[in-house]
Amino acid sequence: MKTAPGASGLIMNEPLLWEKGKKGRKGMSIPAADVPLATPEAALAGAGPDFPDLSEIDVIRHYTRLSQWNFGVDTGLYPLGSCTMKYNPKTNEKQAATPAIAAAHPMLDDEYVQGTLRIMYELQQYLINITGMAAATLQPSAGAQGELTGMLIFDAYHKSKGSKRNKILIPDTAHGTNPASAALCGYKPVPVASNAEGMLDVETVKALMDEETAGIMVTNPNTLGLFEENIRAVAEIVHAKGGLVYGDGANMNAIMGIVDLSKCGVDVMHLNLHKTFSTPHGGGGPGAGPVCVVEKLARFLPIPHVKKDGDTYRLDWDNPDSIGRVHGYHGNYGVLVKAYSYILSMGAANLKKASQLAVLNANYIKERLKGALHLPYDRPCMHECVFSDEKQHELKVATLDIAKRLIDYGYHPPTVYFPLVVHGAIMIEPTETECKEDIDQFIDTILLILQEAKENPQLLYDAPVMAKRKRLDETLAARKPCLCG
Amino acid sequence: MKELNELNLPANVRYTEDHEWAKIVGSTVRIGVSDYAQDQLGDIVFVEFPEVGDSFEQGEEFGSLESVKAVSELYLPLSGEIVAINEDLADSPELINEDPYVNWIVEIKPADKSEFEELMNAEQYMDMLEG
Amino acid sequence: MRYLPHTEEEIAEMLATVGSDSLEGLFDTIPADCRMTGEIELPPAMTEWQLDDHMAGISAQMKVTTCHKVMVGAGIYHHFVPESIRTLASRSEFLTAYTPYQPEMAQGTLQGIFEYQTLTARLLGMDVANASIYDGGAALAEALLMGLRINKKRKKIGVSKGIHPHHRQVVRTYLQATEFEIVELPIGADGRTDLGELADHGELAAVAIQSPNFLGVIEDLTQAGVAIHETGAIFITSFTEPLAYGLVKNPGECGADIVCGEGQSLGLSRSFGGPGLGMFACKDAFTRNMPGRLVGETVDRDGRRGFVLTLSTREQHIRREKATSNICSNQGICAMMAGMYMASLGGTGLRELAQLNFSKAEYMKAELKKAGAEIVFDSPTFNEFLVRFPKDFETTRKKLFDEGIVAGLKVGKYYPQLKDCYLFCTTETVTKADIDKVVQEVSR
Repeated sequence: MKTAPGASGLIMNEPLLWEKGKKGRKGMSIPAADVPLATPEAALAGAGPDFPDLSEIDVIRHYTRLSQWNFGVDTGLYPLGSCTMKYNPKTNEKQAATPAIAAAHPMLDDEYVQGTLRIMYELQQYLINITGMAAATLQPSAGAQGELTGMLIFDAYHKSKGSKRNKILIPDTAHGTNPASAALCGYKPVPVASNAEGMLDVETVKALMDEETAGIMVTNPNTLGLFEENIRAVAEIVHAKGGLVYGDGANMNAIMGIVDLSKCGVDVMHLNLHKTFSTPHGGGGPGAGPVCVVEKLARFLPIPHVKKDGDTYRLDWDNPDSIGRVHGYHGNYGVLVKAYSYILSMGAANLKKASQLAVLNANYIKERLKGALHLPYDRPCMHECVFSDEKQHELKVATLDIAKRLIDYGYHPPTVYFPLVVHGAIMIEPTETECKEDIDQFIDTILLILQEAKENPQLLYDAPVMAKRKRLDETLAARKPCLCG
Repeated sequence: MKELNELNLPANVRYTEDHEWAKIVGSTVRIGVSDYAQDQLGDIVFVEFPEVGDSFEQGEEFGSLESVKAVSELYLPLSGEIVAINEDLADSPELINEDPYVNWIVEIKPADKSEFEELMNAEQYMDMLEG
Repeated sequence: MRYLPHTEEEIAEMLATVGSDSLEGLFDTIPADCRMTGEIELPPAMTEWQLDDHMAGISAQMKVTTCHKVMVGAGIYHHFVPESIRTLASRSEFLTAYTPYQPEMAQGTLQGIFEYQTLTARLLGMDVANASIYDGGAALAEALLMGLRINKKRKKIGVSKGIHPHHRQVVRTYLQATEFEIVELPIGADGRTDLGELADHGELAAVAIQSPNFLGVIEDLTQAGVAIHETGAIFITSFTEPLAYGLVKNPGECGADIVCGEGQSLGLSRSFGGPGLGMFACKDAFTRNMPGRLVGETVDRDGRRGFVLTLSTREQHIRREKATSNICSNQGICAMMAGMYMASLGGTGLRELAQLNFSKAEYMKAELKKAGAEIVFDSPTFNEFLVRFPKDFETTRKKLFDEGIVAGLKVGKYYPQLKDCYLFCTTETVTKADIDKVVQEVSR
């Protein structure tokens, strides 16, 4: 086995911003006044905030040092399940920063901004073609806002049919955001238990679905990394009772070019451009959560919607059935450009190949680790595989200890303790951009850690020791919140 | 986490299926959570209280306990009106972890004292936990 | 394809381990009737250089170029952004990280967001700020929902018509499937929200006012706060130009309970309106009702200062349908950039820049008046103001566009009664010469 990448490099200390600086310094140039200086009337005037004054190099060093305490996809393997931490291509960043696009103001007349509208129009088409749906909106800022948009479309659809529904079916293998998104539409989530194979069960859905239920929110592939094989039958049951099927597309990276969601019976779905379409997560955002719908729901999509007449692009505001706006302008536009750039770089064949390799990588990890870690659902997986710490119970070693020890070896831990249906879950999503030798090294590292768990578990309890900080006291942070310095 | 035989289940309080306890103190009843509940939840970081004067039915949610990564609702063992809350827990929720029986959560004026008699004693509660 | 590292040989080895005879075979569990027929319809894959050419072509379709002086704000502002911020924000340790669920590997993001929260709270005069909401519109919707949670017996909210019309639309969208009712409060002749009939609307859970408002006017927040608090409502203030608080009283000083708004102005490019930054802050007492992520200070096992995500029990992944919001991904790197921008300006710089913006607008207002134009509202403004021209302005505006100036925004679409008015914005990027050029055309 080669040496793992984990090491403690030359990492600098750095105080908080306001613990440095000197009054009167400036970190950016401000133009000289070329008009007479004026001041507002005294009753409105304020003193301005108490900010530290720093020079440009103070700011540069501050954030450069902070960045060295961070780990990103560019640093190393980041197998966070459900998050699709694939490589974020650099050309995407360049295209989003194209000067005329980065400087475009969103409130100007259509004729002035044909270029930016064109990108929206084409991206909509691409997403429609990738999913098999009929229409799309790019407005939602992230997956959760996409879900909300989808639920509002459910609500609008049912209202248009003169029906008021108050429940929504949510499988226990769906994403955690789903219940919170549905709640804003007054839908009470009804949990649907998955069966022994980790699948949605047709009979269970049949027993729960009724005419007070708006529909079902399905994550497919689900959070166990399994394709919901009964999706069509489930959709038929839901449709027969007048309900709709929502598809959480967070796991789209497994099925591009392979599955047609409209054939699966999905009526509304969101995509996470910051997962499947390679835009960076930015340490928490921004994401983008476009929503695609089947034809009969297109009239409910948010306004404005980009249309093309001949060679001209325009914003269409004329849609009385629309649910309205979910964003002040056109969504996280810069993120949209990055996804557009990715799709154009990849083309159809490579998108499909990406899904195939993502699934190959996950199955390979599953096969190589299933002897050492408990695999609760031993079936072919999609783009991620879910283990548990059951075999380590007798050693008094838990998922968290394994995760923290991975940090010392230079890996970001997988998603842990999710999905909830697996106790002590370890959810690994390698993505397609990791090569075999890096995956082998990651697997060997986990095997080494599991060996340490047998021989010297203290190494795991103490981990991490190589990071900037040892384990942090989250209990103290929550008991005595200090949210502002 | 504690094994079942390590739990402290005093005989002078009554228990519910949701792991609260109730104890008659003069004309009022004190409510808290069992050793099992505090152990399962782990380090308690916040107690969400009802307001004094609020009334609840038996089994109704009256507040919650939070650990770092979980929320556990509290259900009233018997119907009644909240007459006091344990203010000490507002600043020091960890007291519940230290001794869940000394550190009661609310005190109620029961609407129907007979409901108390329906609650489990320590032996019955242990039987339930052993399942 | 350069993003896909597998060699054919590696694929064969891995397939052997997995026990599948082909890549297609990995998908055997997917029923045939769920499959896509044929290939996805997309343009052929482009090389990096073809993509550059393609984007240059799109760029050329933009009539508004980077050479234009855009005197339009309306929620998205052109301010100079120092190269240092772009350089720092492009550091991939920040950019390619996920939400900091493993704090030991994300102290950079966590400290950076803690600093952003702190500078935001100081700027707005509040106790606590969160790690961000998507944009100004979503932040306002979340603030109003928070007001409804705090004042849970009340079912109505009040929203000033001075609030950005798009943000009000987002509020309507968020609330359309709920039982809650929205009351819009009128704008008076002075361009400020008219609260005279506030009491007629019954019990409002919360009332929101934007300052400076969409029409550029600085509201009298102190007085509004008193009136709103008298009705027992939560006082929410919103903004789209936070730079104003470098010069005018911040919302906290005026008694706001919750403050929210669009932070694009703080170091982000206009980028056709996104990604922006939903800023969100409140008083201490309401922290547990807040939506969104919060970073808090703590210590590690050696007692050294560190930062973690905290108070997560409010959030969707734990409290599910009872969560304070469904938000998870927020505007992470945009919040970091706003922090970098506030740090680069400093207290001294922020004040100087704010005064420069204010002064440019005052100059332009005075000059336009001399040229015969009407400044619609007498009330004080910051860097935007509403103008009515003595004669049709459209021809002049087209001429100015050809000369490189986008002269104001027509507001009639949003305020029919102001259909002949234009909203102008003058930041530090607009020079006296630019202003004089507009004035000169108006005087012709």
